Amino acid sequence: MASLTPDFRFGNFVASIVWVLFVVLALVTVLILPIIFFTLFYIPLPVVDGQVLTPYLFFSMMVDPSRTLPILQFFMHTTLFKAAVFPGFVFAALIAAVTIFVERKLLAKMQLRVGPLYAGKVEGIFQLLADGLKLLTKEIIVPSGADKPIFWLAPIMFVATAAAVVALIPVAPGWVVADVDVGLIAVFAILGFFPLIALLFSWASNSKYPFIGGLRALHQMIAFEIPFFLSALPVVLLSSSLNLTEIARSQYMIWNIFLLPINAFVFFISSLAELERIPFDLPEAESEIVAGWLTETTGMIYGLIQLGSYLKLYALAGLFVILFLGGWYGPQIFPPELIPGAHESNLPLLQMLALDGVYNAITVNSVFWFLIKTIFIIFLMLVIRGINPRIRIDILLHTGWYKLIVLTFINLFVVLMLIYGGIIGPEGVISIR
Amino acid sequence: MSSLQEKIDEAKKLSLQITKETEDDRLMTLSVGPQHPGSGHFRFTIKVDGDYIVFVDPDPGYVHRGHEKMCEYRNHFQNIPHLERPVIHDSCNITYAYSLAVEDLVGITVPRRGQFIRALASELSRLSYTLYWLAIYGIFLGHSTMFMWPAGDRELLIDLLERLSGARVTNAFNIPGGVRNDIPYNFKEKCLAQVNYFETRLKEYEDIFYNNPLLRQRTEGVGILTKEDAIKLGVTGSVLRASGVPFDVRKVEPYDVYDEIEFKVQYMKTCDSFARAYVPVLDMRESCHIIRQLLDKMPDSGDVREKLQFNIKSSPGETYKRVESGRGALGYHVVSDGTPRPYRVKASVGSFRNLLALPFLLTGSKLGDMPAIYWSLNYWPVEADR
Repeated sequence: MASLTPDFRFGNFVASIVWVLFVVLALVTVLILPIIFFTLFYIPLPVVDGQVLTPYLFFSMMVDPSRTLPILQFFMHTTLFKAAVFPGFVFAALIAAVTIFVERKLLAKMQLRVGPLYAGKVEGIFQLLADGLKLLTKEIIVPSGADKPIFWLAPIMFVATAAAVVALIPVAPGWVVADVDVGLIAVFAILGFFPLIALLFSWASNSKYPFIGGLRALHQMIAFEIPFFLSALPVVLLSSSLNLTEIARSQYMIWNIFLLPINAFVFFISSLAELERIPFDLPEAESEIVAGWLTETTGMIYGLIQLGSYLKLYALAGLFVILFLGGWYGPQIFPPELIPGAHESNLPLLQMLALDGVYNAITVNSVFWFLIKTIFIIFLMLVIRGINPRIRIDILLHTGWYKLIVLTFINLFVVLMLIYGGIIGPEGVISIR
Repeated sequence: MSSLQEKIDEAKKLSLQITKETEDDRLMTLSVGPQHPGSGHFRFTIKVDGDYIVFVDPDPGYVHRGHEKMCEYRNHFQNIPHLERPVIHDSCNITYAYSLAVEDLVGITVPRRGQFIRALASELSRLSYTLYWLAIYGIFLGHSTMFMWPAGDRELLIDLLERLSGARVTNAFNIPGGVRNDIPYNFKEKCLAQVNYFETRLKEYEDIFYNNPLLRQRTEGVGILTKEDAIKLGVTGSVLRASGVPFDVRKVEPYDVYDEIEFKVQYMKTCDSFARAYVPVLDMRESCHIIRQLLDKMPDSGDVREKLQFNIKSSPGETYKRVESGRGALGYHVVSDGTPRPYRVKASVGSFRNLLALPFLLTGSKLGDMPAIYWSLNYWPVEADR
């Protein structure tokens, strides 16, 4: 039985985790490292600074600081690093984690309560860690009669699809996992998978409430996909490119939100509906259909779907910034060098501290402004949850099919008129480039 | 709007069809409760055709505890603490009705100061109940802030009741003969300050909840219960007042000091779910007004309680007394055979009357309207089961 023993101590719990970590590390040292070394012996190794990067050389960076920077520089420009760490999964997952914590604290402040308080002593900052550990240790209950392969596969597909959207979002010039020429279309194509996954999972659960929730998700996303796409179309007309990096570059002079405020509004509303957040959380409406299509989720299946939906939140907020808020453009506030004169000096430690070669003022500045804007958009999305009730499905469909589509069409024609009249656009009076 | 009879015929026709089409895949039977987040201690099965509810079958009785039978084995004072259990948030009103009935049987009048204090306690109790109900209405519509705000502001009134009676929710304060104890030192000022602050909060509720266009879209014109239907179905309290009938027991049959108090019976004529959600807020405002008058007119000194024997015997006979509770008219029919214990106690509660309107309103509405209609009926499952 999963229950706390009377002599449960959090310290002992942590100690047991440390013990497990120790065993894992010991196994790595004794078994896995030799296997890696033997494997590396038979495959071609990359060349860094004119030297072959052998494992020995790689580990020598621990004792020789001057070796660290070139290796770091090399790894930062590999595709694996981009996909797994920086503009990719780990970065987005970190933002997702911060978003969950901030959401809980922010809502708590709005609702005159304190929110997470105990885990981690200081304002409950480890609450998410505790929740994650709890979800990991929970039993996963598969309903009888469920379609097992799909039931197990759907949450992983959900996270993978969300991560695929994240991969298309550039955070700085050149810093994008997949720099696709038709990036915007690719984003919409991948977003189209979510209702399918929701429907598959709800159908595979063999339960009534998830089934209703899945159907609702399908209706909702189809109703909002069209205004979603149409509201992004004038941006493409203005920047004459589908590449997200190019779209951000085209807003060097003036942000699109000042030219297309109605489109930005429609895009924001549609992305809320796409994210299934209040007031559009109909697929998860708890007072009507228990937890909607998530009713039969338990343990880490629920955790994965939550992670996926917050990754999606980051991706759509980032997309809003790229399309309407000028991407990464902002005043240059970072100095060209962290420590002036470090590049000329011959002191390796000083170069280490200045991150010579790794630090790039323009990139850091771009990431900074991109993050500031994204966090602001995420904040707007969170605040709406605290002040609105859920809306009904027929009102939602009416809003999607009539009001938003009409708004986007009107705005599309206005933009076309302005472009052909030579007022805005690539060759317009208000020049964008 | 068709008449009640037509609607009932229609529903019968529908249910006949449903029995024919039971095997049809078109209809899906959903069980709402008792372990559904949108039901409370209560279950109703619904059949949905797409997004429309075509059949509703309420199934109360999950928390039946036999309070009426328990009354027959205890004397009048022992009955007070367990009678208030069904709706602990509204305990003072329940015990108020029972005390009035017992006083009528025994034939005593409560001292004037005692009458004021128990009217005060019952108004505070009504406020605290209505806030709790409002909090749940908020979360049923997916508005989490509207769940937390009333639940937090309820503490103000709970604090007052705690100072008054010593218990936070199960007060057992109104007893046959008056109230258990006098008001504590400095209570009037504290009560006035907290009630005044609470009235300012009511305005904020309107800003964040009732004036929200999304809420209005969702509740206006939903679950229409016309005046005639409401009277025929016998609903009471805020549900009846939201259908345009200005009925309030405090006004129609004033008990104790309520004939000296000036207040309006708040009602709305829109008859929809929004009106049923909004009338309790108007009532709360009137309650604040009443509390201020009660504090003002209360005699400064005097007895608060007519001393009665613990095993007081009443003359054989029967009586029926009712008060206005948070959920509407709440009456106790007490039959005595001359012994210290009542021969029979029968409660007529507002919750059960309002439940009768549930199948009538839900049939034909959308699944998304289910929480908005269900909880707007001011129905407290535990009280209906007793």
